[in-house]
Amino acid sequence: MNGIYFDNNATTRVDPAVVEAMLPYFTEQFGNPSSMHSFGNKVGLAIKKARMQVQELLGAEHDSEVVFTSCGTESDSTALLSALRAQPERREIITTTVEHPAILTLCTHLEKEGYKVHLLSVDEKGRLDLEAYKKLLTEQVAVVSVMWANNETGTYFPVVEMAELAHACGAMFHTDAVQIAGKVPLNLKDTQIDMLSLSGHKLHAPKGIGVLYLKRGTRFRPLLRGGHQERGRRAGTENTASIVGLGKAAELALASMAFENTEIARLRDKLETSILAKVPRSFVTGDPSNRLPNTSNIAFEFIEGEAILLLLNKFGIAASSGSACTSGSLEPSHVMRAMGVPYTAAHGTVRFSLSRYSTEAEVDRVIQVVPEIIQQLRKLSPYWDGAGPVTDPEKVFAPTYA
Amino acid sequence: MWDYSDKVKDHFFQPRNAGVLKDANGVGEVGSISCGDALRLMLKVEPESGIILDAQFQTFGCGSAIASSSALTEIIKGKTLDEALLVSNQDIADYLDGLPPEKMHCSVMGREALQAAVANYRGEVWRDDHEEGALVCKCFAIDAVLIENTIRQNNLCTVQEVTNYTKAGGGCSSCHEGIEEILAEVMSERGETYKPGSLPKEAASPVGLSNLQRIRKIEAVLEAVRPQLRRDGGDIELMDVDGKTIYVNMTGACAGCQMEAMTLQGIQQKLMEELKEFIKIVPTKVSSLTRAMKG
Ligand SMILES: Cc1ncc(COP(=O)(O)O)c(C=O)c1O
Repeated sequence: MNGIYFDNNATTRVDPAVVEAMLPYFTEQFGNPSSMHSFGNKVGLAIKKARMQVQELLGAEHDSEVVFTSCGTESDSTALLSALRAQPERREIITTTVEHPAILTLCTHLEKEGYKVHLLSVDEKGRLDLEAYKKLLTEQVAVVSVMWANNETGTYFPVVEMAELAHACGAMFHTDAVQIAGKVPLNLKDTQIDMLSLSGHKLHAPKGIGVLYLKRGTRFRPLLRGGHQERGRRAGTENTASIVGLGKAAELALASMAFENTEIARLRDKLETSILAKVPRSFVTGDPSNRLPNTSNIAFEFIEGEAILLLLNKFGIAASSGSACTSGSLEPSHVMRAMGVPYTAAHGTVRFSLSRYSTEAEVDRVIQVVPEIIQQLRKLSPYWDGAGPVTDPEKVFAPTYA
Repeated sequence: MWDYSDKVKDHFFQPRNAGVLKDANGVGEVGSISCGDALRLMLKVEPESGIILDAQFQTFGCGSAIASSSALTEIIKGKTLDEALLVSNQDIADYLDGLPPEKMHCSVMGREALQAAVANYRGEVWRDDHEEGALVCKCFAIDAVLIENTIRQNNLCTVQEVTNYTKAGGGCSSCHEGIEEILAEVMSERGETYKPGSLPKEAASPVGLSNLQRIRKIEAVLEAVRPQLRRDGGDIELMDVDGKTIYVNMTGACAGCQMEAMTLQGIQQKLMEELKEFIKIVPTKVSSLTRAMKG
């Protein structure tokens, strides 16, 4: 397929070098790393190497702090449930309104089981109020879980500082770093972050492989018990090929990090400023001055996101939207609602997320296509009249709401 | 990506009758901005005949909302108002060769816009009476509000009953957790607690089954198991039926034997299936006495 893929926050293409590194582990190196014979022998070494590659990407102090899991969601669940089981006397959780469902749905469930969940709200740019956070930190809090970067807007959260505050009251700190890992340098050994989740498929490794970083000394209760794999912290025969792939992907991500933060950031900025200049009534959501280098989330008012995506798709352009219709729910993105983006705009948000494979030619093409599509859909919109929103009170669209 | 039919794609990419209808004399505006859909339907009706001469739309919404709007205008053009009012949301979906269950509400919006536009033409006020909830059962496109209302109106207390009344949960069964949550909520409103695995309450027993009919059914079930019991040198006899309790007399080799309890349990299960109600089968004193003496 020769399309333009600007949906890298959803998932990424596996790097060809990663595929190449993985292939032997399906064929000649198929052994079980736990076995005594020579079929499994090299596999154990390969896993060790991958663990060190991930350690380096995260800036972790020890390679044994890296626990391989099956995905980001598993890492998130493991972290929160472990913190609760390890500290049964603490019954509260602090998280934010803009987390990924991997955290939010779990917290809703835990609430039903009797835990108290505090949701930190965000302002119109998606920023947290640290004063409100400090007030919630009590001896009752078992764990604080705050994403490092938001998947929809790319906005960063001050997790390093928040982890210190959590420790001051004896609470554990977890961060969902699924979006930031591989895009921005991390240095976990200099932080007080206890646990961190990473997902392979966001950094050009395959789907179905993740990491839970577990700072040495953090009290831990496994989610899966069984064999001694991952030092008993995550039982189940290792997904060897994917672990090796993730190790390679971590190495490549580190190598291209500078490029990601200069060239890709430049392309993203070009895409964004050009679209905003050409399309009236459009704006960037989140905090543009403090976000991932690859992400741009633009709200196009008075039209709906799924319709935009379908038309973009016709031009071979892939992006995603916070509209309700793309997820089959009744509400637009909880992240947009949390920031107070009005419905007429929240439904029309489109997220463009680039990768190191994105090119200037692709950006130029998208800049050319998007304004036409927006115009075409606005022609159909009852809220739009010619060059702007309907203002004539006689003509204003006022539907009976269902 | 949604599994849209070619027809949906066609009507989305080339919408028919889009834009403002200048000399419209019936306009319906409906929608739900929170769900991301809103539609203005404009009709030009010939007053003498009541025939819809022209219809156009403007839609804020997703692919299937735009396609449903387009389909609606195509369907109703040339119809009289009364004929048009017979168009159901299913007709709109069928015209488009089907819609994904999550998107059926787009066709509902189309039908509502039509009702609103006709009301507007006739100088009436249209009021929306349907509330939309989050989709729970994807197999049959049943939403939370419908399930909630059905549980409330019929005093339901099991997932099975919800399935019987609404079809929700009758397919892949993935939504049973969701249905249980709604049950727990509505039941706590009426001061009950939801117990998973509990059998339907008496209210759910088929109405109109007279006492005589019940006894005949019970007899029939006993009759069916009798040959088996006789083979083992025993028998069973119906002694009395008191509400939900059925008294039987086990005789011969059956009475008091180790298998009695299991046999009775099996018969009880059959009886419940047959009567579609919760009953208890109790051996009469005679047999329990023999059992006590033997034990
Ligand atoms: C912020 C965030 N957390 C968690 C996940 C889930 O990761 P995975 O798909 O590996 O379970 C994602 C990806 O969808 C994400 O963006």
